[in-house]
Amino acid sequence: MSRRSLRKFKNGVFLTLSLFATLTGLACLAAILWTLLSHGLAGMSWHLFTQMTPPPGSSGGLLNAIYGSAVMTLLGILIGSPIGVLAGTYLAEYGRSSRLSAVIRFINDVLLSAPSIIIGLFIYEIVVVRMGHFSAFAGALALAVLAIPVTLRTTEDMLNLVPSGMKDSSAALGAYPWRTTLSVLYPAARSGIVTGLLLAISRISGETAPLLFTALNNQFWSTDLDGPMANLPVVIFQFALSPYKEWQDLAWAGALIITATILVFSISARVLLALLQAERGSGR
Amino acid sequence: MIPHSLKPPKHLKMRAPTASAEPVTDLGPPKIEIRALNFFYGAVQSLHDINMTLADRSITAFIGPSGCGKSTLLRVMNRMYALYPNQRAEGEVLIGGADILAPTVDVAELRYRVGMVFQKPTPFPMSVFDNVAFGLRLAGGIRLADLKLRVESALRDAAIWDEVKDKLQADGRSLSGGQQQRVCIARAIAVQPEVLLLDEPTAALDPISTLRVEETLQALREKYCIVVVTHNLQQAARVSNVTGFMYMGELVEIGPSGQIFTSPQQRRTDDYITGRFG
Repeated sequence: MSRRSLRKFKNGVFLTLSLFATLTGLACLAAILWTLLSHGLAGMSWHLFTQMTPPPGSSGGLLNAIYGSAVMTLLGILIGSPIGVLAGTYLAEYGRSSRLSAVIRFINDVLLSAPSIIIGLFIYEIVVVRMGHFSAFAGALALAVLAIPVTLRTTEDMLNLVPSGMKDSSAALGAYPWRTTLSVLYPAARSGIVTGLLLAISRISGETAPLLFTALNNQFWSTDLDGPMANLPVVIFQFALSPYKEWQDLAWAGALIITATILVFSISARVLLALLQAERGSGR
Repeated sequence: MIPHSLKPPKHLKMRAPTASAEPVTDLGPPKIEIRALNFFYGAVQSLHDINMTLADRSITAFIGPSGCGKSTLLRVMNRMYALYPNQRAEGEVLIGGADILAPTVDVAELRYRVGMVFQKPTPFPMSVFDNVAFGLRLAGGIRLADLKLRVESALRDAAIWDEVKDKLQADGRSLSGGQQQRVCIARAIAVQPEVLLLDEPTAALDPISTLRVEETLQALREKYCIVVVTHNLQQAARVSNVTGFMYMGELVEIGPSGQIFTSPQQRRTDDYITGRFG
């Protein structure tokens, strides 16, 4: 075999291997989605959105769980994202090269990849134990802790993408850093920061472990933030493990709802990023 | 080093190679005086004992090979370098008689008086109008009617009014590169600074846009002390009244542009402008 055809052969082998790996990954994803759709669609009905989670052996819906998930996710984002965005702003604009920033960045990376059950236990220790009972508020706090590192990282990255000339130009007009940040940098990085928020929502809306120890679950309709609250992930967890057919069907339906919601948020994030790039492109 | 005089000797006939710059006869009084200026990036010294005087109502161009310190010199004049860590200037830079390097100087206020335009156009993510109004709004206390007048006159002075008057509410980033750069110049002059610094303002522009910006500078010369750094020798010859040649962090020679480009006093200047190096 000549040298050239040997190289060609190696290239072919490598191409085949990487193609195979890609297809394997895609096949797994397709299988998951297919299973979810085939089981979940069967359980889809209006009752899901109008009735409460039922006792064993009877039919019902997921209204209280959907409501609880929405409330705790929203509250989690409202508490977590300002902290993440402001901390990201500090890292990108004020303390870019300070030692404190290096420490914060490291801790944030650890937090980003920390198992969410640890976060749940942490909130359990400092909130649930002290208050003496499970609560939706504690659940939202646990989700907020999960949202912080995601928003922090994307905010820092997106602010770093803003051309430094823009910042210098603002400073050259006599603007103090806070004014530059609010009037120039945030608008310039707006779509990127919003993308980070959407990603954070996707991340926390499917979390089960942090809610197990904090919001627990609630069979009934409850809007009390100071008490246990139903939520989709924990309901799915409980119902899927049960021997009852009705509960298992509801678990599939709930899983489909969460997946669809996350898909919508992820696609929105993608579209926003694409818009951002188009904006940059036309900015030449 | 003795500060170089700006006034050319009376007997010297001024003739720039591509003469469109005015003869140096009507320059204003001294505006910027630099004395014994040294500049350091960390431990590396990048400006060595710079001394000179720049006149008001004139365009001074600085030329020299990359890394010669001309941009650094510009960034000292509005203390832009202070935004970055480990950079420091020693010596005196007097603008209107006051030393701007003094630690008591409020840099935001200084930069309000000393405008700057950068190599790449940097329109802010807002409308053309808001871009130009940005500095004026920072200062505050201006009525909307006055704001509109000031924005219009700045855009007129920057020779961009006719092109943007119908799209003042369009995003600044939707304009062409040349238009963006003139909007940036309008933004810088809207606050009526005492000094206007331009760091290779046409390096990212096409020839037509470059011509427009150069015409803009010519028109602004009547009102401002303008300092421009450029890689383009023809541009320096075309637009400036005074040219300084810098090399390895030193100011080799500064004088009337006609003289620098036809009969420079220093061998190194001659070598550079005739293309033997750089």
